[in-house]
Amino acid sequence: MEKITIIKGLAAPLAIKNIDTDLIIPAQHMTNVSREGYGKYLFERLRADANFILLQPKYKSASILIADENFGCGSSREHAVWALEDGGFRCVIAKSFADIFFNNSAKNGLLLIKLPEEQINAFQKQATNEDLLLEIDLKKQTISYGQSASIPFDYDEFRKYCLLNGLDDIDYLTSYKADIERYRQEKEPYNFLKLF
Amino acid sequence: MATAKNIIDKIWDSHVVRQNPGHPPIIAVDLMMMHEVTSPQAFQMLEEKQLPVFDKSRIIATIDHVTPTRSNRHEIFDTVAKKQLETLRANCAKHQLKLFDYDSGGQGVVHVIGPELGATQPGMLIVCGDSHTATHGAFGALAFGIGTSEVGHVLASGCMLQDKPKTMKVIFNGTFKPGVYAKDAILKLISLIGTGGANGHAIEYCGETIAEMSMEARMTVCNMSIECGARAGLISPDQKTIDYLKGRPCVASDDQFKKATEYWLSLASDKNANFDREITIDVSELDPMVTWGTNPAQAISLSETLPDPESMTIDDKNAAIKAYSYTQLKPNDKLKSTPIQWAFLGSCTNGRIEDLRLGAQLIRGHKVHADVTFYVVPGSERVMLQAQQEGLDKIFIEAGADFRMPGCSMCLGMNDDKVPSGMRCVSSSNRNFVGRQGTGSITHLASPATVVASALKGCICSEQDL
Repeated sequence: MEKITIIKGLAAPLAIKNIDTDLIIPAQHMTNVSREGYGKYLFERLRADANFILLQPKYKSASILIADENFGCGSSREHAVWALEDGGFRCVIAKSFADIFFNNSAKNGLLLIKLPEEQINAFQKQATNEDLLLEIDLKKQTISYGQSASIPFDYDEFRKYCLLNGLDDIDYLTSYKADIERYRQEKEPYNFLKLF
Repeated sequence: MATAKNIIDKIWDSHVVRQNPGHPPIIAVDLMMMHEVTSPQAFQMLEEKQLPVFDKSRIIATIDHVTPTRSNRHEIFDTVAKKQLETLRANCAKHQLKLFDYDSGGQGVVHVIGPELGATQPGMLIVCGDSHTATHGAFGALAFGIGTSEVGHVLASGCMLQDKPKTMKVIFNGTFKPGVYAKDAILKLISLIGTGGANGHAIEYCGETIAEMSMEARMTVCNMSIECGARAGLISPDQKTIDYLKGRPCVASDDQFKKATEYWLSLASDKNANFDREITIDVSELDPMVTWGTNPAQAISLSETLPDPESMTIDDKNAAIKAYSYTQLKPNDKLKSTPIQWAFLGSCTNGRIEDLRLGAQLIRGHKVHADVTFYVVPGSERVMLQAQQEGLDKIFIEAGADFRMPGCSMCLGMNDDKVPSGMRCVSSSNRNFVGRQGTGSITHLASPATVVASALKGCICSEQDL
């Protein structure tokens, strides 16, 4: 996984509540066996509407999405995260996120930041009316914009450590193999599953 | 005396393998189910790290999402989807994983086959790369959907990193009126709390309505937990749970079963156990529920008129106006009597034998409306076989329905079964998102009884109108 330290980029507004992962990428495009190439299907259902805000040329280079409430609800498809990343997004800022999408993003280096409603509303407005350029510093947990404005954001310490160092869970988990095997042995009397 | 604990905390606490300070806990997975769509990239992670599968005795796989449901389903014309199926077959062969392929007698929608095999058991922590994994919660298992990376973690270590969910108790009280079912109860909950209403929580469903429900009906309730944002939804095991599991292929037998029963029943929430939140719903006056919009929370009972956006908060108002524009409906109209062109009975929500039995009972001796195409899709090969043994397939076929091979079918528009653009479908599935059943399709979620009644009348109506 790529290390994240600072993300600088143009923000695009998406002021719609409950954007589900079917809207982020329809199921019909999930038949592939790789992680690449999903960007061209990003927000396909929304793009069918010529007035969809992200179709405006000025957002072509946007790498930060200012979303709304309960972003990423519905299906567990990690393809939603892959589509956002392949579509050029490195960070999504929203009022809230759905749980599975939140976990999936952290595991792919897509930075998700939760901010209070008033701040999101302000960012959405700014991103709509002007060029909103943000500089997100994960290490310091700050978002800078404009001449000298800067706001802090909360972020889980462990996830931060993983993102800053480009670590993934699989190495962490397999390093505790002995603990896991010991646990399994202890719990074997409660195992009533007979698969083979 | 130890403090009273709810079932969610009991299962969670017993699955924490290790908790390093400041880190999320390492939790053990008892059973992982896999299917073709969310697994190839997970196996790829093993390849990249050159790791073996940690414990193949706790993994089952099947094919369901992209499989055609026509009789010659072995032939797949979509070459990309075909490669996806072959990739799962090759990965299972390579790692010697138990795969329930076509004609194994066990193939089917992943959340239908787990319980019928008896692989789904109380007290287990169950995961699958599919958000409807909470279905298995009906057995008192803590079951939730995970992403593909996490599937890879479980393959490699039998564990994953996961923060503990908050807990929520949903109490259903009262007896259903005729024509009202488990599906109506869960749609009611979702419409009350919204699609994100239970984010961050695991739900325990309880109350007299749940106690009276069959295991199939309980699976329908738990299945849709994710539609209100819950990570998991479960029901404390009782004698019905035990009776259902006895003698199933993947359950320990004889002396072991007695020990299992004791353990399983001990998992039920203690009296006076605390939850972070509680909600009570009386279902005795509930009428059949149908969705009108583009998320499962946009649902009303058929006795109501369509809600007026003018009476909503600004956010809900904007969403409702968008939804009405997509579903081509008008506020203050009746949803009832809206003409339909398609009907679907199936999916992990309502594709079990009990759903097919009820459907057949209602449709027997009648004809599907001339304007309606009605797909009846058994959730699994076992369900199909059972339906055939009971002659249910013939009843559906004689009524003019299309009785098909098992799979996810029309639930998600990623196989051949799609509702054409602009067409309206009453569906026993779980999501009515924009384009969910195919580009431009309009979905109305409802119970199997409402689906069958609507297919017969050619318009949205319930069993009460037959």
